[in-house]
Amino acid sequence: METAVEIDWNTIGNIINGYKGNPEALLMIMQDINDIYHYVPPEVIPLLVEKLAVKESLIYSVATFYKTISLEPRGKYIVSVCTGTACHVRGAEKIMDAIEGRLEIGEGQTSEDGLFTLEAVRCIGCCASGPVITVNQETHGGLDRSSALKVIDDYSQKAS
Amino acid sequence: MAKLKDRAALEEFRKKLQGTSQKRNKKLISLCAGSGCGAYGTAKVHQTLVDELKKQKLDKQVDVKLSGCHGFCEKGPIMVIHPEGIFYPQVQEKNIPEIVEETIKKGELVKSLAYKDPTSKKLITFEEDIPFYKLQQRVIFGNNGIIDPTSIEDYIAVGGYSALEKALFDLKPKKIIDEIKTAGLRGRGGGGFPTGIKWETCRRQKGDKYVICNADEGDPGAYMDRSLLEGNPHSVVEGMIIGAIAIGSHEGFVYVRHEYPLAVKNLTVALQKAEKLGLLGKNILGTGFDFTIHISRGGGAFVCGESTALMASLEGSPGRPKAKYVHTVEKGFRQNPSNLNNVETWANVPVIINQGAEWYASIGTERSKGTKIFSLVGKVVNTGLVEVPMGTTLRSIIFDIGGGIPKKKKFKAVQTGGPSGGCIPEQFLDLPVDFDALAKVGSIMGSGGMIVMDQDTCMVDVARYFVDFLKDESCGQCNPCREGLKQMLVILTGICEGRGKEGDIELLEELGTMMQKFSLCGLGTSAPNPVLTNMLYFREEYEAHIRDKKCPAGVCKPLFHYEIDAEACTGCGVCARKCPQEAISGEKKKPHELHQDQCIKCGICYDACKFDAIAIQ
Repeated sequence: METAVEIDWNTIGNIINGYKGNPEALLMIMQDINDIYHYVPPEVIPLLVEKLAVKESLIYSVATFYKTISLEPRGKYIVSVCTGTACHVRGAEKIMDAIEGRLEIGEGQTSEDGLFTLEAVRCIGCCASGPVITVNQETHGGLDRSSALKVIDDYSQKAS
Repeated sequence: MAKLKDRAALEEFRKKLQGTSQKRNKKLISLCAGSGCGAYGTAKVHQTLVDELKKQKLDKQVDVKLSGCHGFCEKGPIMVIHPEGIFYPQVQEKNIPEIVEETIKKGELVKSLAYKDPTSKKLITFEEDIPFYKLQQRVIFGNNGIIDPTSIEDYIAVGGYSALEKALFDLKPKKIIDEIKTAGLRGRGGGGFPTGIKWETCRRQKGDKYVICNADEGDPGAYMDRSLLEGNPHSVVEGMIIGAIAIGSHEGFVYVRHEYPLAVKNLTVALQKAEKLGLLGKNILGTGFDFTIHISRGGGAFVCGESTALMASLEGSPGRPKAKYVHTVEKGFRQNPSNLNNVETWANVPVIINQGAEWYASIGTERSKGTKIFSLVGKVVNTGLVEVPMGTTLRSIIFDIGGGIPKKKKFKAVQTGGPSGGCIPEQFLDLPVDFDALAKVGSIMGSGGMIVMDQDTCMVDVARYFVDFLKDESCGQCNPCREGLKQMLVILTGICEGRGKEGDIELLEELGTMMQKFSLCGLGTSAPNPVLTNMLYFREEYEAHIRDKKCPAGVCKPLFHYEIDAEACTGCGVCARKCPQEAISGEKKKPHELHQDQCIKCGICYDACKFDAIAIQ
């Protein structure tokens, strides 16, 4: 499994300053950090406490309430399978099963090689293009079992 | 771009933009850049098109615009060639050279790439003739297809910000509110509260007031707000500024779901450009009126669509709802008077101010005025975003505009209102869609999600699906919701796995009624709706699961198996070839056999068989 990442404290500082140290922006600050490292390293929490003048308990409360924030390391590619109603009706579960099988992990887990984290997301708003998956910022629509597996295989190839 | 210092400057700027676009005899190719088409590959199509036009030395004569969502999402990536309005669906990179050669250079339709109406089987050349569009009234959504959402000039050229002029210079705040009241605008996010009354109540309060846009569109299956924000963000911004003038607010927020990065991007650009032109920020158009808008992003929590939870999230806290003893218009964000409206509601405001309240109120039904954008998805031929007057029937939307059910399957139900709504069966298809009619049969119109289901959908599984979703999304504060949903899920999962027993239906009804009466917020009180309506209209399906341990729709794996109908099977062998478990065997042109012990019930053979020879037992 992945070891803790190397934190660029300059970047973290810039993110906080970008929101002018506004404690109301706590969720967005953590999301920006999450976007870079794919999780919020717990080591940054003391800095957030200091710069935003908020309690550590609030930071953990926010981090554990919102699904987009992870306090644990995740894979290089975050694969989100949309399981919204429209995609569900069009067979999203089969896509999830197929990807779980290919990556040999369950939903919410990260692959052995640290490449992929598989998650379910409830509707990304591409309902007419369902079933849909996103891999990091890229969206892939109109999928079935084999085309979904091809998307995963293409990323695997890219990484090797 | 210089700041527009007064009304005259804006009007002059608009005239100039309109004059320029009229003078231009260039062809314009509009490519839909909404997220739906994006998921089908618009970016690559766009690049190929730009390269091909350059190669053919046509890049100076032909403009290419990446527009907002056109709404006919099933057929993406969509291309429309102006000024004629020639429509090409499902455009791929390999089609580009032919389209440029035949249509752009010679003005001829490429028949093999044109749209074929599935009902009439005729080829249709022009966008306006396509039944999907023809039967709609695209008052709010219409401009999406002809403007570049990142261009404020495009928006102004089609008349944008003229409603703002009226609100700043011609109408007093009280008159603006009267117009909204007379128009009969009701909240489009699902609540349907009269917008004019909300504004009026907020205006009466003392203290710093906030104007907030709820863009936390969480209902799975609904993406109208996404497409509006991505495709025409200025329409929402203009609405919010007008609201701010009417209410007396100087600071606004748009709370956008984290899952909508393109909406955040396009809205950010829109706000920057509006500020640069002096239409937002300090001293708007020289009137001395200040108003700024900030963007705040959500964190993947469905409950943050609820007003008090949204405001808690805006304050940097977990999104836990509060009991509404005091309404948020009196004490909301930062304990101050806050007016929260949905994206589509805000987009209706400039239209009402421009065209007048009487015109607006002439559309729709007695208590539901104007148009509504619906997200028509699921098992329907023409999936996409549909805008129709309130009062249009379900049948018209699903069959006339939507083209009916694909693959000759039978309509079973339409789920409306997201997780707060219910499944409406065939006998109610002629109901008009508005705030009141659907509520009479146990569902709601909600934010506009319409998920069509066919004979292959198991209604017990649908109920279980929604309860599973809501259990994950429940904030957990109150017992009725937290414990009620957990137990409902245990019971429903048991039914789907063959462990259902007598008394389960009655227990679900009891739990549901308890949650409706005693939950803290709307998530909990409306959570039982999908289950209770399904049990009401599809009781025989529940009884089949519980008593006979069978799933007639062939979804709940422990409760059915596939069998090959020897009489219908032609021995074509397609199913055997596609089966991932090699569970089907047989000789060519002879009825095949399905081996149950190897079958994983993935359904690939069922989907692939063209002779209806795979039966659900």
